Amino acid sequence: MHISPVLWQFLTKWLAASALFPREASTVAPYTDALYFFLIGMTLVGLILVGILVFGFSIRYRRERNPVATQVEGSTLLEATWTIIPLAIFLVTFVWGALLYFRIYTPPTNALNIYVIGKQWMWKAEHPGGQHEINALHVPIGRPVQLTMISQDVFHSFSIPDFRVKREVIPGRYSTVWFNATEPGTYHIFCTQYCGTLHSGMIGEVTALSPEDYDKWTKESTSGMSLAQNGERLFASMGCNACHSGSAAARGPNLAGVYGTKLQLTNGSQVLVNDAYLRDAILNPSQHVTAGYAPIMPTYQGQISEDGLIDLVEYIKNLNSNYRVQQTLGTSQSDLAAPATPGMVKP
Amino acid sequence: MANAIATAHEHDAHHAHDEHVVLPQHLHHFETEEQQREAGTFGMWLFLLTEIMFFGGMFFAYLLYRNWYNPAFVAASNQLSVKLGAINTAILITSGYAMALGVYAAEVRKKQMLVWTLIATTIFGFAFLGVKTVEYKEKFEKHHVPGASFDVKEFVNPAAFGLKEEPLAPDMAQKTQIFFVLYFAMTGMHALHMIIGLALLFWLIYRANRGDFSSGYVAPIENFGLYWHFVDIVWIFLFPLLYLINKHVG
Amino acid sequence: MMSAPINNNTIVNIPDQRTAKMPKRNYINNEHGLLSWLFTADHKRIAILYLISITFFFFIGGAFAGLIRLELLTPQPDLVASDTYNKFFTMHGIVMIFLFLVPSVPATLGNFFIPIMIGAKDLAFPKINLLSWYLYMAGGTFTLAALVLGGVDTGWTFTTPLSTHYLNTHVITAATAIFIAGFSSIFTGLNFIVTIHRMRAPGMTWFRMPLFVWSNYAASILMVLGTPVLAIAIVLVALERTIGIGVFDPTKGGDPLLFQHLFWFYSHPAVYIMILPGMGVISEVISTFSRKRVFGYTAVAFSSVAIALFGFFVWAHHMFIMGVSNYSALVFSLLTMLVAVPSAIKIFNWAFTLQKGSITFETPMLYAFAFIGLFTIGGLTGVFLGSLGMDIHLTETYFIVAHFHYVMVGGMLMAFLAGVHFWWPKMTGRMYPESLSKLSALTSFIGFNITFLPQFILGYLGMPRRYHAYPAEYQVLNVLSTAGATVLGVGFTLPMLYLAWSLKYGAIAGNNPWQATGLEWQIQSPPLTENFTETPIMDHEAYDYEWLENKTAHEVTTVG
Repeated sequence: MHISPVLWQFLTKWLAASALFPREASTVAPYTDALYFFLIGMTLVGLILVGILVFGFSIRYRRERNPVATQVEGSTLLEATWTIIPLAIFLVTFVWGALLYFRIYTPPTNALNIYVIGKQWMWKAEHPGGQHEINALHVPIGRPVQLTMISQDVFHSFSIPDFRVKREVIPGRYSTVWFNATEPGTYHIFCTQYCGTLHSGMIGEVTALSPEDYDKWTKESTSGMSLAQNGERLFASMGCNACHSGSAAARGPNLAGVYGTKLQLTNGSQVLVNDAYLRDAILNPSQHVTAGYAPIMPTYQGQISEDGLIDLVEYIKNLNSNYRVQQTLGTSQSDLAAPATPGMVKP
Repeated sequence: MANAIATAHEHDAHHAHDEHVVLPQHLHHFETEEQQREAGTFGMWLFLLTEIMFFGGMFFAYLLYRNWYNPAFVAASNQLSVKLGAINTAILITSGYAMALGVYAAEVRKKQMLVWTLIATTIFGFAFLGVKTVEYKEKFEKHHVPGASFDVKEFVNPAAFGLKEEPLAPDMAQKTQIFFVLYFAMTGMHALHMIIGLALLFWLIYRANRGDFSSGYVAPIENFGLYWHFVDIVWIFLFPLLYLINKHVG
Repeated sequence: MMSAPINNNTIVNIPDQRTAKMPKRNYINNEHGLLSWLFTADHKRIAILYLISITFFFFIGGAFAGLIRLELLTPQPDLVASDTYNKFFTMHGIVMIFLFLVPSVPATLGNFFIPIMIGAKDLAFPKINLLSWYLYMAGGTFTLAALVLGGVDTGWTFTTPLSTHYLNTHVITAATAIFIAGFSSIFTGLNFIVTIHRMRAPGMTWFRMPLFVWSNYAASILMVLGTPVLAIAIVLVALERTIGIGVFDPTKGGDPLLFQHLFWFYSHPAVYIMILPGMGVISEVISTFSRKRVFGYTAVAFSSVAIALFGFFVWAHHMFIMGVSNYSALVFSLLTMLVAVPSAIKIFNWAFTLQKGSITFETPMLYAFAFIGLFTIGGLTGVFLGSLGMDIHLTETYFIVAHFHYVMVGGMLMAFLAGVHFWWPKMTGRMYPESLSKLSALTSFIGFNITFLPQFILGYLGMPRRYHAYPAEYQVLNVLSTAGATVLGVGFTLPMLYLAWSLKYGAIAGNNPWQATGLEWQIQSPPLTENFTETPIMDHEAYDYEWLENKTAHEVTTVG
């Protein structure tokens, strides 16, 4: 047989470059793969069993060999068998799957938090140190990384197949996903929820770096201002500090150290202050009034972008004392040229 | 035909002739009129089940948002006129009563009574829609119709409008729009069912007057009665959920 | 009367072609002219109208599938623009689901045979049956209008807020189409339920009904209870889009997930609306060609109803990664596992129906075998997706695409073709060409597997669904898939051609070419308009082959 060597070369190269199985590049990947292989095993066993039955009976009881059928009503015992055994296997799958689900979706407390904003049709990552990336994400290996994600427009879904993680990115609420990369390298980021024209263009690359390389990258690509610093500036320019000044007579509750605590609200409920709570309290304050305070805070719906909200959340998260709040307040009150609240603040 | 699939025909035909004369409305594919009537009623019940699921989607949305935005739902609900709602409830129940009498009239084959009860049902139906129009008009004037012209000023600053409500925070006041969306979707869908029902009523009055239902053929009247009572019942749920549940005295 | 079969490879028993004649009077030649079809109230004629129209829409949907596969031949977005590609898969989804799969078996085979199988002259509401077809056609027209006016690119799932605020295509037109087509299926389901409850012939008890009737009954329950929820969700989308009411808009306090709940409350049961009637076809075919009562009749009947009931409580498994609470994720995953069990029961019952049978391998049986194999894969890969942790990696990828095509195409379409071949002699009075049809069954089976097996691998690799362009390392598998689609296309086109051919040139089939037991086989082919000359009395179980033998013997002696 004569195959043109050029064609042959092309074919072998093409086939060699093609993928059949995704890389295992995170700590959860082996767990996901284990369940996957179990399920493939289950499928093959089921398929072979059904195949043996169907083909076996077809050969044994074909009309040439068995001209007259013997009527059988059924068999409770057999039917119970093939009700209970599949049920048992499915229940094993259920428990195994549930355990894996909680493993994948329960972040460790010491995770490095990075914010991700999805919008038509790009991913924007914001590191606490102020590094911004578009359609790219740099993470260290060997360290849990949590992504706090939100969409600015429609549903998106953040997927890194090689890490076996994925989560819907929803407009109007934070969702989180975490992973612990194990191998340095670059991996695909896909948007897997159909989001309009350039859905298939909403892709990016996650670069997993060794801790040293990651430190280097962090230093080289900083924009000079951390998210919290951006947030602080926004906090002052929106006039938040006028009420949330931390002084005893302030009209708004003290925000220093509030992150992670349980808060008593006027409507009687108790809530944990986390990212989602802070974001919601800025946009829909009347539903989140701290006990003992009047519902006087205006809504900032439509006035702050998702980036701005992330800055504010990050700022409040890291706010340990009100010293600087009061300092800024002092200067802005003495300084008549204080910045007016802009309609839309973009950092 | 086979021996096993024996003929039931002779026996049945014999039986049927003993009982009563065959009605002109008897459809050929039914064995007996009894079967035809039962099939019709059963079909109507299934259709109403479909309708319940249709409204169910909106009731589900109502429960969800009421839970989320309770203050807005309370304030917005208080903007509805319980008086008009109660009048409408009374009108609708009366209309249902007239319809029930109509079914009775058809069963006892009283043509005049049937026609008049159907006319009464229609009149009360129109009265209901009339009151509803007044209510919608008021909402329109107050800018409570969701969409571009929706305005929350009455909820943010009720005192300026002579209302004794507690003011809502602007963000919560915005959520009253969701209440009004559901109000219009649910009552609008209900009104649409009323309008369809009224159209059918005209047709039924015409046929009743012609004498179609005076000889024992009552299925259309009966089934329409089921439909009309269903529309009543939907309202019986809507009235407390939208008008009454958050009402406070004063 | 009949030419006695000597051949042991087949049970086909058709009259001597030299003397055979088509019945003089039947439902086809009862009346003439186009209008007699368009205003018919005969369930059989309406079934034929449906058969023609769903075939038309199947090939439209198939054409879009072809264009999608053609675009995916290369990793680059080179054949069409992204917007166009998005319109392709949207049209493919809407047409195939709402205009083909949902009505496929119930509206054609169900419409034709449910009344006959239970010994009735027609469905309970013949005019509503005709109305269903007109609604279906109106829905189809709106779909075509949306297509001709410039298309729609929401995806068949109409995800908010994308569909309500971010697209400028003909969303409302497409939504109207689905709304109207939905009422068509509500009325069909309603008609079936009433017919099955109220129109059974004397002696036709619930447990003497053929399993095809049971499975359509279960599907009808889903149609009647599920479709209105879709209708209201669609209405709200249209209102949100036109006047911005904000129910699904997070910036106005609405909840975009509410739409997901409402949509999947219908669209998951819809999967069972599509597959259950197909399962009914398989029960009929397997019993007939193995000459045996379906193993564990009651279990198969009840498993249909169980699927229908459980099917209503698993919808949130489409939202495992969307941030549903942990508890609901657990509950919905568990229920999803439970709904898989009745399907497993059916598979094994069918397999054991073959045991001790006397099996022949006519085309419907080959399609039924294809169904069993492909549905087993489709069903078991569904367990992957119901398993919470596995779902995270697999959902929204080609794995899910492959999974539901194995169920819908490998399962439902194969069952539909099995049914069409099985009942073709009864519907038309003529046989289809046997060897050609076996070839096409084989072609479809092979083509199907080449098309969709690679997609499982692509899915685990992470290739997202609805992608116009993809990384180069996925190309080999995509090329394989496209190649398979070509074969599949041939496999699906062949039946249309030879079935049309057989209308004129096929052998005359006689009353009961398969020697099957159902009531529909005891009457002439094609049937009379009123189905039966006398109301039948059912005095035996379904699939009672001894009864059939006695009957035939009796006929031979009386006639002879």
